Amino acid sequence: MLFALVVLPATTQANAAHQPAGEAATAQPIFAEGKGPLAGGVLVASGCIIAWMLLARSGAAMRLRRIPALDAVTNAVGRSTEMGRPVLFIAGIQDMDNIQTVAGITILSHVAKTTAEYDARIEVPTSRSLVMEAAREAVRGSYQAAGRFDGYNADAIRYITDEQFGFVASVSGQMVRERPAACFYMGCFFAESLILAETGNSIGAIQIAGTAESSQLPFFVAACDYTLIGEEFMAASAYLSGAPDQIASLKGQDAGKVIVGALVCVGVLLATLAALNPSSTTLQNLVNHLRGMLGS
Amino acid sequence: MIRLVAIIIASTAGLLMLLSPFLPALTSAGAQSSEIFNVIAAIAFILGAGSLVKVNLSRVGRRDAGWGYALVTLVCFAVTLVVGLGKVGVPPNPQFAATPWAGEKDAAGSAFWWIYEFVLTPITSTMFALLAFYVASAAFRAFRAKNREAMLLLGTAFIVLLGRTFAGVWLTSGFPEWASGLRLENLSMFIMQVFNTAGNRAIIIGIALGVTATSLRILLGIDRSWMGVGGGGE
Repeated sequence: MLFALVVLPATTQANAAHQPAGEAATAQPIFAEGKGPLAGGVLVASGCIIAWMLLARSGAAMRLRRIPALDAVTNAVGRSTEMGRPVLFIAGIQDMDNIQTVAGITILSHVAKTTAEYDARIEVPTSRSLVMEAAREAVRGSYQAAGRFDGYNADAIRYITDEQFGFVASVSGQMVRERPAACFYMGCFFAESLILAETGNSIGAIQIAGTAESSQLPFFVAACDYTLIGEEFMAASAYLSGAPDQIASLKGQDAGKVIVGALVCVGVLLATLAALNPSSTTLQNLVNHLRGMLGS
Repeated sequence: MIRLVAIIIASTAGLLMLLSPFLPALTSAGAQSSEIFNVIAAIAFILGAGSLVKVNLSRVGRRDAGWGYALVTLVCFAVTLVVGLGKVGVPPNPQFAATPWAGEKDAAGSAFWWIYEFVLTPITSTMFALLAFYVASAAFRAFRAKNREAMLLLGTAFIVLLGRTFAGVWLTSGFPEWASGLRLENLSMFIMQVFNTAGNRAIIIGIALGVTATSLRILLGIDRSWMGVGGGGE
């Protein structure tokens, strides 16, 4: 018996095909209703970032404050080399459709380049098959770039399990047995963050963590030597690359923060004035309109 | 060339996902690219399983440290795979009684269900329960009053923790109405709603802008380090 692979149209498209042209046109607007403020925010933030990138290309000097956690990467890898122990890198427990995992993989590239240069051993256990493939590609590229392709070991980047606590049990066991001298936790973590960080602490490893999960940040701060908090984690790849284009994107991000700060101040001022003048319908309507726009 | 193709695919899919919430015409295309991701992830699982078997087999073969755990992993993997694919002990599906293997693999009473309920769930719960001890040891270190900042943290944590217990409410219940703001439960709520929320929001705004910048760098092909440093991005 033969099986054939047949591509069927998506349900919405199939329904649209049976509708008269005029009806379909009225049913589907060009722009999604109620998404204007969000689109505006995305455009302003993206505009700031692109403007700074263009500025960097025109030759403007870009300066960035030091981030101690990222400066410590080289020291941590150097310590592993001296002690003859591996470097452990965990890119979170989510798949490649999570931006934190992508950010973790970009940092892995830089760490892998340093391990290649120092001839240190890197271990990358992953909890998703796709992350394993992406991590292998990133590490392979970094070893090639460092001219140390002979040091690349694909089996050091391996899949464990999708199961959250199964993964953490396996990695904790590996940490206790192999006693890595440096542990990097860069990505999306949940309850397992503290188990990993405390195990790393108990074996005396230098630990550098980074995540955008605000609920896990206190655990990393308590148990790790260095922690990249939220935006620092997202900025890590650009910081480590040192490329003007990428550093400019961080400047654009700062400009976005100034705009958001200014908008917050205006909002606070308007809300305070509205609370002080309950009889002013103009103010009340304006504040209510703004609240509606923001969905609060 | 392969890297260029990868960048084009990543940028196209990323832009599609970015625009699909705003442009209804692209909604179905965005959903389809999510479906494609799921298909690729499912295919990649074969590679993951292959890596799991290969690495653990070689560990057992070399008698590395912890090779016994590798053996347990291999045995459990094989048993679960056979039980799941073979639908061992699956009760028949009443709708298709004449068709063998028509029942759900994880239907109550099946071997797969039994493994999930009586092996995986207790092990997972045990790991989660261990977290309480890790929290205690981390809190002990974090709350050590070694400098001014640590003392401030310790004091705040003391108020918040005590304010959320019966003892905290009872201790300050005698405060008069005009000083009700100083009751531990109210102080705790004030700290959480004002200081904690303000700090959290600042972090979240920073993260949102960071996500935008990271996404743009990847979509525009400026940051290519996800393919390895030296992938043309540096």
